[in-house]
Amino acid sequence: MSTTPHDWALYEVFVRARAGLDHKHVGSLHAADPQMALQHARDTYTRRQEGVSIWVVRSDQISASDPSDADALFSPADDKVYRHPTFYTIPEGVEGL
Amino acid sequence: MTTPDVTTLTPVPAADDAARLARFEAHVAAEEKVEARAWMPEAYRRTLIRQISQHAHSEIVGMLPEGNWITRAPTLRRKAVLMAKVQDEAGHGLYLYSAAETLGVSRAELIDQLLAGTAKYSSIFNYPTPTWADIGAIGWLVDGAAIMNQVALCRCSYGPYARAMVRICREESFHQRQGFEIMLTLSRGAAAQRAMAQDALNRWWWPSLMMFGPSDRDSVHSAQSMRWKIKRVSNDDLRQKFVDATVPQAQFLGLTVPDPDLRLDDATGHYHFGELPWHEFHEVLKGNGPCNRERLAARRAAHDEGAWVRAAALAYSRKQQARQSRAS
Ligand SMILES: [Fe+2]
Ligand SMILES: [Fe+2]
Repeated sequence: MSTTPHDWALYEVFVRARAGLDHKHVGSLHAADPQMALQHARDTYTRRQEGVSIWVVRSDQISASDPSDADALFSPADDKVYRHPTFYTIPEGVEGL
Repeated sequence: MTTPDVTTLTPVPAADDAARLARFEAHVAAEEKVEARAWMPEAYRRTLIRQISQHAHSEIVGMLPEGNWITRAPTLRRKAVLMAKVQDEAGHGLYLYSAAETLGVSRAELIDQLLAGTAKYSSIFNYPTPTWADIGAIGWLVDGAAIMNQVALCRCSYGPYARAMVRICREESFHQRQGFEIMLTLSRGAAAQRAMAQDALNRWWWPSLMMFGPSDRDSVHSAQSMRWKIKRVSNDDLRQKFVDATVPQAQFLGLTVPDPDLRLDDATGHYHFGELPWHEFHEVLKGNGPCNRERLAARRAAHDEGAWVRAAALAYSRKQQARQSRAS
């Protein structure tokens, strides 16, 4: 996204709800710089103790996979059921597996 | 919500289009969500932009009638609550603008449309708030009606909009409760306070019912929107649900709903209610409501008076960047 002189850049916001959890994408906002993006993120996305940590990143810095490539990218995993533990039969009586 | 790639939104040849459309419709019919940047029919995208931006504008303009009472709230507790509520509405506007931006429009563009008077927002915010009881009635009825609508939209087929709705609904329930609490206090108070509560109910009842939009008989966009699961419940069904939920609450308050035709239909278990004043609805929609001009003037003034702040913040950030690149 190009930033015209009067437009603040778009940032994506990620919030860690509490220690032990991953940061999770919660939405986006506009800000003039990263510092302001953090302040806006605090006011916009954590008014009710939703988080203990915030990441912001400019939206135009994110590289995303193309939705139309989803099949090519992800369907090869469909027929590899042996990657899941449920694929294997364990005889009755065997424990700890 | 990544920046939508504009190239994916340009029209494709007709044959391709038909196949894509079929795949899209099957996807939506299977209750799968549509995400930003995925292929979507142009009409789906346009409908969503219109609906989400109208919704965003409503949250922003909706701050004005209540903002009118922040400095005059009767106690410090009420003032803190009202400020928190109005701040939430600003947040709702921001969540929604950012959901709309995933469809390839910029927030600046949408705000320009609002300020130019070419975009719509909910007509309910064109009514005035002359008494403190109006703040109670807005929370109880207007937020109550908004919640009915928004809960249904949590299942919208467009992912970013549905997620914004979930977040908004989590925040809304206190809005309705604080309004009901104001009405309860007034209706248990002195005769003048009870009269004030009744007067507010009289003025807000019909406009609240009109928040659900035109009757299904006359609704232009409904059928397609229901098929694409942009809209999940019809206007009339939501309105009925709201009346059924709200009438017993009014009875608890000891207030009279201003509808001589209102009665509980024993056979269906639903309240039958009178014909809505549609003429008034269309007048307000056309811009002839009590506060249409005032609301837009207030938004324009806020935008203009904030221009120097936006410019200064940008100038500051450029200066910081320049300083950093000199230092490194
Ligand atoms: Fe709201
Ligand atoms: Fe609200």
